Amino acid sequence: MALFIEQLVNGLTVGAVYSLVALGYTMVYGVMRMINFAHGDFFMIGSYLGFTLVSSALLGGAIPLWAALIVVVVLSMAGVAIIGVIVERAAYRPLRRSSRLTAVVSAIGVSIFLQNAVMLIWGPRYRAYPPWSVPSITWQVGGIYINFMQVLILAVSFGLMVALYLFVQRTTVGAAIRATAIDHDTARLMGIDVDQIIRLIFLIGPALGAAAGVLLGLYYRQIHFTVGWTYGLKAFTAAIMGGIGNIPGAMVGGLLLGILEMLGAGYISSAWKDVFVFLILILLLMFRPTGLLGERIAEKV
Amino acid sequence: MSLLELGDVHIAYGNVKAVKGIDLVVNDGEIVTLLGANGAGKTTTLRAISGLLRLQSGVIRFGEHELQTMPAHKIVELGICHVPEGRRVFGTLTVEENLNLGAYKYRNDPGRVQSGRERVYQLFPRLEERQRQLAGTLSGGEQQMLAIGRGLMSDPRVLLLDEPSLGLAPKLVQEIFRTICEINRQGVTILLVEQNARIALRVAERAYVLETGRIALSGESLELRRDPRVQQAYLGVKEAAGLS
Ligand SMILES: Nc1ncnc2c1ncn2[C@@H]1O[C@H](COP(=O)(O)OP(=O)(O)OP(=O)(O)O)[C@@H](O)[C@H]1O
Ligand SMILES: [Mg+2]
Repeated sequence: MALFIEQLVNGLTVGAVYSLVALGYTMVYGVMRMINFAHGDFFMIGSYLGFTLVSSALLGGAIPLWAALIVVVVLSMAGVAIIGVIVERAAYRPLRRSSRLTAVVSAIGVSIFLQNAVMLIWGPRYRAYPPWSVPSITWQVGGIYINFMQVLILAVSFGLMVALYLFVQRTTVGAAIRATAIDHDTARLMGIDVDQIIRLIFLIGPALGAAAGVLLGLYYRQIHFTVGWTYGLKAFTAAIMGGIGNIPGAMVGGLLLGILEMLGAGYISSAWKDVFVFLILILLLMFRPTGLLGERIAEKV
Repeated sequence: MSLLELGDVHIAYGNVKAVKGIDLVVNDGEIVTLLGANGAGKTTTLRAISGLLRLQSGVIRFGEHELQTMPAHKIVELGICHVPEGRRVFGTLTVEENLNLGAYKYRNDPGRVQSGRERVYQLFPRLEERQRQLAGTLSGGEQQMLAIGRGLMSDPRVLLLDEPSLGLAPKLVQEIFRTICEINRQGVTILLVEQNARIALRVAERAYVLETGRIALSGESLELRRDPRVQQAYLGVKEAAGLS
């Protein structure tokens, strides 16, 4: 039972990170009917920006460590959001009226470009967040152990998800995002600048991905310029699980995937945990491409 | 005084010419109707005015502005609102959210949005009862009311209505058209596209008849109602009846 609960907490932790990345896939798909295959690389760049910021003077001790880490997350989000908006403008907007395949090829091109840029800037080898970037505090709660990073990840991820949910559901601009996802032309007739909404999506999605990248970098410490594809594919699986285009679905899908992965790692074999994830993706695409939550709620965004 | 004016407008979908050089004027305060059979190019014309389609050539003037190169959201900001064919309400959004989106250009002015909603609820009390309901769960007639109400939220000077009677029971059609006249009395100029020529010619002062992308006839509604060609083609009046 202790193992079960411990793996559940581990699963929620990585799952919350998957949710953040999955939201980027789902929002872009919802509004543009396009899978942004470069999205995992926003996550990856976030983890590198976080690495550089953490290694810089920021953690000098002027403010508490947890607050400094949140500043690192926010700055990385801002940096990657800018990259996201540039990528949309340069690589996707000119192709808005072309075929889906053209957009996919462009996305793969963006992905290769971003990976190579990171490789040139930070080098081809693994980099590691310094050990002192995370305090080694562990709490014991009712027989299970939970460490500082898990609490930070859960707090930041859930904070961001609640904020996003309220923004999309409760504000007029959020309603404009949902309307654009339903029907671009009618959204235009409302006076909504659809290009601006798409720009906003390419600001929010990459920013959330970057937060995930920093958090997971701090958690596992090792980062590499190719991790975007691995985690991107996992988050994509989560987005499909929740029904792609569905925002709450992506949140739930990420958590579910994280839990499944960690239970598999705990009870079967941790060496095989990535295999479970991709098995889930293949089975989903074969049998439930509209997601586990069913067709009805899988209505775009 | 002309408020909206189309000059020698040509529109094509790829190689298919849908509108082949039309001239059309809508004066301030009028109801003008654009009639025509299926595929005549009525919707195409409205979509060009509201900026969803680009012209091949020609001009669209609104006051001192030229619209033909303007993005759609700017045209809404200037005061033209297009209520599309088939209503196109946002089904998974509530009635109230749909209305708020209609007032998107006033999104930073909650008072203005609020008074817009009050005006719409006055015209369509049924929408107020259903404000928290998802728009997709409304009946066809209610969706048409919502589509028109949503259009009014931007406080337009010109309302473009595309087949508001489509698929509605005769009693509802009467009700919708009474409201359209009421909206016009409130000072909104209306360009009405209709297949139901009978009712359109009753509410409109002037009419244009479109046939395969060209204006075939135009004039005062009263005159067109007496025109045998209109009676035969659009009012379903047999020739013999036209003589009696
Ligand atoms: N998206 C499109 N692509 C290609 N051709 C189109 C498109 N939309 C309309 N057309 C063609 O343009 C012509 C005019 O169509 P339009 O929709 O403007 O007609 P309409 O007068 O509104 O007809 P209806 O009464 O059926 O609504 C038709 O021949 C139609 O087939
Ligand atoms: Mg039409």
